[in-house]
Amino acid sequence: MAALTISRRELTQRTAFSLLVLATAIVTVPVLFIIIYIVVNGAGALSWEFLTQAPSQAGKAGGIFPAIVGTFYLMLGTIIFSLPVGVLAGIYLTEYARANWLTRLINMAILNLAGVPSIVYGLFGLGLFVLAMKFGMSLLAASLTLACQALAMTITTSREAVIAVPREYREGSLAIGTTKWQTIRHVILPQALPGVITGAILAMSRAAGETAPILVVGAAFILPGLPTSPFDQFMALPYHLYTAAAHVPGMSKVTIWGIALVLLVVVLSFNSLAVFIRIRVRQRRFGS
Amino acid sequence: MNMNHALLNNRAAHNNETKLKTEQVSLFYGTFQALRNISLDIREKAITAIIGPSGCGKSSFLRLFNRMNDLIIGARVDGRVVIDDTNIYDRDIDVVELRKRVGMVFQKPNPFPMSVLENVAFGPRRHGKKNRHELEGIVERSLRQAALWDEVKDKLGQSALALSGGQQQRLCIARVLAVEPEVILMDEPCSALDPIATLRIEDLMRSLSSDYTIVIVTHNMQQAARVSDMAAFLMMEKDRAGILVEYGPTSQIFTNPQDKRTEDYITGRFG
Repeated sequence: MAALTISRRELTQRTAFSLLVLATAIVTVPVLFIIIYIVVNGAGALSWEFLTQAPSQAGKAGGIFPAIVGTFYLMLGTIIFSLPVGVLAGIYLTEYARANWLTRLINMAILNLAGVPSIVYGLFGLGLFVLAMKFGMSLLAASLTLACQALAMTITTSREAVIAVPREYREGSLAIGTTKWQTIRHVILPQALPGVITGAILAMSRAAGETAPILVVGAAFILPGLPTSPFDQFMALPYHLYTAAAHVPGMSKVTIWGIALVLLVVVLSFNSLAVFIRIRVRQRRFGS
Repeated sequence: MNMNHALLNNRAAHNNETKLKTEQVSLFYGTFQALRNISLDIREKAITAIIGPSGCGKSSFLRLFNRMNDLIIGARVDGRVVIDDTNIYDRDIDVVELRKRVGMVFQKPNPFPMSVLENVAFGPRRHGKKNRHELEGIVERSLRQAALWDEVKDKLGQSALALSGGQQQRLCIARVLAVEPEVILMDEPCSALDPIATLRIEDLMRSLSSDYTIVIVTHNMQQAARVSDMAAFLMMEKDRAGILVEYGPTSQIFTNPQDKRTEDYITGRFG
């Protein structure tokens, strides 16, 4: 009857399976809980006025429109400065740089760049863009600061996307007498595009959520209007949320959760966009 | 195969001029010697097969002719590889121009993930042809030459990846033909294909050989016997460097090999 009872191997298998499910749950449940909690608590604050008005009475009344716009400007600025540099550096490092100690050092430095605390980027931006380059506390200085921080991600994802293009495509292109650049431009880049775009959008959504770096290079808690030039100061959702929650006495909890909800929606919708574009580009290239 | 017979007769009329040759060529990857002192004359507008056991350097040898080994870090070539009268390893050689004249078809069909039309037009476009009409003409001519036109003429806009393996390989041949090369190198072009698709490629090679110099690497003895005019047998020495054992007309290599090692290989005693 041994064959019909649960064997040791079977038992091990079930245990392993349960552990995997448990680990997945440990990751998923808190995230879901946070999202649901914010939605439930913040939904009450949402109104047309909240989304389209400037704040008044130290943020206790009015809306958060300038903070939403400021966050979008920041994302745009970050991507404008970091994507071209990231893609070109990624191509250079994979396709042109010789495999020597210098290249290895650069690659290592880029990986470490991702581990630098964001406030350090903020102080770097303060020193370089705000003071030395005299951009002042401004949208431009903040975009450049966040772009520096995003570089680690845009370079790394571009590199990985370029490396992942099968060798057969390169050879097929070079073998009919194209130059290395033509092969990169017309075969490798189109193939690497989904990966590059995904990295770029994730870098943007991360920039949208940063508080510490922008704190010292140009974010303001309350501004009456929208920035009209790159040299203006700006509002941004995460900084507005931080100040409203920590420094405004008598701030309504619903408003605070409302700001958090809007920030969450912005970040999550950009992440979803990344996934969506990735799927679309892939279908277009590989579909029949 | 009446068509092939006609071609064979036609071929007899061709002169035996040398299109490509290697002179005392050795190839190194770093400190490893992959090929040793190979000298070989390859006839114009004929099919030359390179045969030999796995790892003997057949593909490395083939890749000498379009300098594809350049892509491998640490690769170094001694001796001369000559096309017409030019040593292609000379300092002032434009490798891009060389590869226009010496096209290559790979082991695994590697169409780009683009439409059928864009695959064939890829080379001409990169070489500066922009006129839509002209490009369409080139695409049709190349696909006809590659015996693929009738199968794909209604789906030129569809992804090349939707084609069958054999069609993909013929598309890759069309892609090479579109840049009007003089030489076509084929690196085990049928190893990923079924027998029917293989025969179609072989027919295609025979018909192309009246206009192009073809060098094919194959591990398939029957294929070499069926398709080639000349055959070169390579094998490894003890240090794993590839050497040329015997070279001659295919009929002679297969029926009356001069070297004991060739005979052993042909009769299946090793490899």
